Amino acid sequence: MSLLLSTILTLCVLGVLSAVILYVVARKFKVYEDPRIDEAEAMLPGANCGGCGFPGCRGLAGALVKEDDISALFCPVGGAGVMTAVAVYLGKAAPEREPQVAVVRCGGSCGNRPRTNTFDGASSCAVMSSLYAGDTACSHGCLGKGDCVVVCNFDAIFVNPETGLPEVDEERCTACGACVKACPKGVIELRRKGPKGRRVFVSCISKDKGAISRKACNVSCIACTKCQKVCAFEAITIENSLAYIDSNKCKLCRKCAPECPTRAIREVNFPPRLVRVAESEAKVGTKAEVVDVEPENK
Amino acid sequence: MSKTFKIGGIHPSDSKLSRGAAIEVFGLPQTVTIPVAQHIGAPAVTCVAKGDQVKTGQVIATAAGFVSSNIHSSVSGVVTSVDDVPDAGGMRRKAVTIQVEGDQWAEGIDRSDKLMSSVTLSAKEIVEKITAAGIVGMGGATFPTHVKLSIPPGKKAECLIINGVECEPYLTSDHRVMLERSEELLVGVQILCKALGVEKAYIGIEKNKPDAIAHLKGLVSKYPGVEVVPLKVQYPQGGEKQLIDAVVGRQVPSGALPIEVGAVVQNVGTALAVYEAVQKNKPLIERVVTVTGKSVKTPANYLVRIGTPIEALIERSGGVPDDCEKIVNGGPMMGRALSNPTAPVTKGTSGILLMRTKEARRPAATTCISCAKCVAVCPMGLEPYLIYKLACKTMLAEAEEHRATDCIECGSCSYACPAALPLLDRIRLAKAGVMKIARERAIKQK
Amino acid sequence: MEKKLIISPSPHIHGVDKTSRLMRDVVIALLPAFAVSVVVYGVNALVVTGLSVVSCVLFEFLIQRYLLRGPLTINNWSAVLTGLLLAFNLPGTLPAWQIVMGCFVAIAVAKMPFGGLGRNLFNPALVGRVFLLISFPVQMTSFAPVTRAATDAMSGATPLAFVKEALKKGMGLDQIMPDLPSYSDMLFGFRSGSLGEIAALALIVGFIYLLWRKVITWHIPVFVIGTMTAFSGILHLADQAHYISPLFHLMAGGTLLGAIYMATDYVTSPMNTRGMLIYGVGIGLITILIRVFGAYPEGMSFAILIMNATVPLINKYVKPRRFGLAPAKR
Repeated sequence: MSLLLSTILTLCVLGVLSAVILYVVARKFKVYEDPRIDEAEAMLPGANCGGCGFPGCRGLAGALVKEDDISALFCPVGGAGVMTAVAVYLGKAAPEREPQVAVVRCGGSCGNRPRTNTFDGASSCAVMSSLYAGDTACSHGCLGKGDCVVVCNFDAIFVNPETGLPEVDEERCTACGACVKACPKGVIELRRKGPKGRRVFVSCISKDKGAISRKACNVSCIACTKCQKVCAFEAITIENSLAYIDSNKCKLCRKCAPECPTRAIREVNFPPRLVRVAESEAKVGTKAEVVDVEPENK
Repeated sequence: MSKTFKIGGIHPSDSKLSRGAAIEVFGLPQTVTIPVAQHIGAPAVTCVAKGDQVKTGQVIATAAGFVSSNIHSSVSGVVTSVDDVPDAGGMRRKAVTIQVEGDQWAEGIDRSDKLMSSVTLSAKEIVEKITAAGIVGMGGATFPTHVKLSIPPGKKAECLIINGVECEPYLTSDHRVMLERSEELLVGVQILCKALGVEKAYIGIEKNKPDAIAHLKGLVSKYPGVEVVPLKVQYPQGGEKQLIDAVVGRQVPSGALPIEVGAVVQNVGTALAVYEAVQKNKPLIERVVTVTGKSVKTPANYLVRIGTPIEALIERSGGVPDDCEKIVNGGPMMGRALSNPTAPVTKGTSGILLMRTKEARRPAATTCISCAKCVAVCPMGLEPYLIYKLACKTMLAEAEEHRATDCIECGSCSYACPAALPLLDRIRLAKAGVMKIARERAIKQK
Repeated sequence: MEKKLIISPSPHIHGVDKTSRLMRDVVIALLPAFAVSVVVYGVNALVVTGLSVVSCVLFEFLIQRYLLRGPLTINNWSAVLTGLLLAFNLPGTLPAWQIVMGCFVAIAVAKMPFGGLGRNLFNPALVGRVFLLISFPVQMTSFAPVTRAATDAMSGATPLAFVKEALKKGMGLDQIMPDLPSYSDMLFGFRSGSLGEIAALALIVGFIYLLWRKVITWHIPVFVIGTMTAFSGILHLADQAHYISPLFHLMAGGTLLGAIYMATDYVTSPMNTRGMLIYGVGIGLITILIRVFGAYPEGMSFAILIMNATVPLINKYVKPRRFGLAPAKR
């Protein structure tokens, strides 16, 4: 009997003692945290992708609560909807930003850009790029080892085995920018998604002179300035033998694309358009025909 | 027990096929392409233009800052272009292309074979001459020699160590220099000693070169303070830190330079170049290059003018063999595979290695079995398997904690890995990433 | 140039080591011990070993093919090795279904769920053995008597079990000494025990082969055996009547098999020599503790498994000697 009693008593004393210690410790080391941070974090997507520039969603939530002016903060994954909701909850002005999407600016598929050597190292663009120019004659374009695929948290980018180039799934892409940072060549850019996803961009980043880049790749920008001349909105600049279309100035008139002799300018998500067949073919003798051109066609 | 470094190390087959081939003067190519960046540091600034007539030994690009180096024309002729040309890896870099016409040398260069053994110049004058001659570390690192010779304030050099180890398999250029240019080399060592103000110089040579050890040992009695140190054959003994550990038993602290332990290391080829610059006024315009490989017809050591196309060297040795699938600029452990054989020989080109198909392909990688062989062979006492795993996940902060920046990229881990994992490929990436972060942090702190 | 050159980062040469070669070498190193077991236990040894190896390989094949659907890994010899080591830890009389069960536990419980070779926490063969030992203690500790005049009296108990039993009964060591197998018998395998552990000499020959082929380093075996010698030596010196000599501890039971072939398993041992020291000493201590003070006569398997559990921790906190971190001496 006494054995039973002493056991129970010991346990009780231990229990009470532990409770007291826990209570004291909890009180002493309590850190006050704004409860709104938890609420704001709950509203954010919870992907912890780092697209906002903070290590995770909680980091952004903390900043949103702390800063008075949150116009510089933005969650690319949640987009305007989530930001408005959080801003309303916090009673602050919602930051506005147009939806963006990752764009791969290289058309150097296996067919367009012949391989000149075989890479046999660790399958990583970063390893390859730190070693040499790449397995084609173009030292600027996509290396195709898929570092962007590895870093994408949303399965929004994958390397097409046929072309050897990454392709972005626009539905899934949240424009978090992870792939942009991962690409050692700087091939990927975040661009304005555009109305109905319509965009016009130069699908090349080769800064080599026209003759050199043309030799390396069939669809390289050769900086012929034809697109620049036809653009009515001064959206196209040419620097270092490379044309660039400013998505803020571009009015999607699509005049530039057919001008490009190497088809380096790509237009996506436009309805098929009726265009006149290129001059060269017209010269052969047939009268100008009207044909459908698939906008995705390279 | 002969001397060697204390941690790690591997023993690859030395395959020194061109060991017995005497240095052969390659002669003049038709054109040379001389890059302006052949050294670590800022690329030199060109001072010639298209159409200019240049003489052999004339400066064509001047050093841009302290850590940089002068570039000289290695031939006489006409500058045909100053433009970006693809280097050995296909990257376009600025270079001067010269069409060779005759062999006219700039004034003041002594081209005779006469040995000039008396060192009359002061330390300061010697360093000035070395700077002017554009001499860089010729073991492959291409660090400007005059920078190494300028001891930072507060530090003192105690000894000079000459790197005659040539621990890379296949390469024999240093070996041949030690045998054939020994007297000049030893005078060069004395000049370097004077420039540094040190009394003692050690020449570290691995025991797989017994002829070089015996030959130099016979000569050093004439050169006070110079000592030949035979070393046990073990890779990577030619690494600066490993060599200091092997020869004088001091370990350079992590993140510090060799001068921290009072040592300065120079390559054999560099010492020879120093002799020629100081005693003969001859700038660095040629070097000894080994052309070798298991199926190369005539493995050889050539004295080549800088800027000669690598292709031409291979052609002289019998052309690219049918079964060759990889051409390496340098040795098999640390050399760089090249994609463009038309690229020129530069100041750092110690050898051209043509590898056969079966050697060229890497074995297929499997999974890590934690065999710890990489840890056992790492000469820096790192844990390559761990840094590799961290690098795969780009966990750079952790990689820094595990001292990724101490890696000397010797490749011992990848060599030893039974799973054939590309350990060094990833570790190199982690190292570069960590160094970038560290630089950014340093800038922020300022 | 027509031919496409291969480009890869340095190094451009690779050593001769390959996972399969290393594993195969360990199998080769175990062959002498296997030969002795066949001589001593006859066809039983062949059957047990064959069944164990075949079922281990089969389980790995089935799991890899139908559950993990990954590339086949049976050609790296690791499953063969697991089967062989497991068989070496079993008595020659074990029923076939128990052997297959042990193999199942070794491969399907201890190895593959962790992701296969390289990721398992515990030595698969030992997990299989300990599982069998706990589940079927009678079958696992009854050994066929070894027929040789001097050892007839032992009636199938292992030397360690015999000693333990005698001490329990209150006998002094000097009383049972004549009944124990002689050291030369233990060296050549004329004693009772698991298939692979009986022939000390054969195991040592294998050890020399492994060292020569640079498959393992000397560290772990030497640390284990050194610790066991020191610890049991101290006990023996303190009380010769109750603690048997260190030499007996080394030769009897699974000491050599464990120290040379099981504790050195790449996957489950530490990654640097300092870690190996802790690990080896730990195994040595725990083995002797169990043998001398525990309920079981043999403690090698438990000791190795316990130390296996500490390996991740050792790897995290025990780092190799770094270059340039020693106090600078000038």
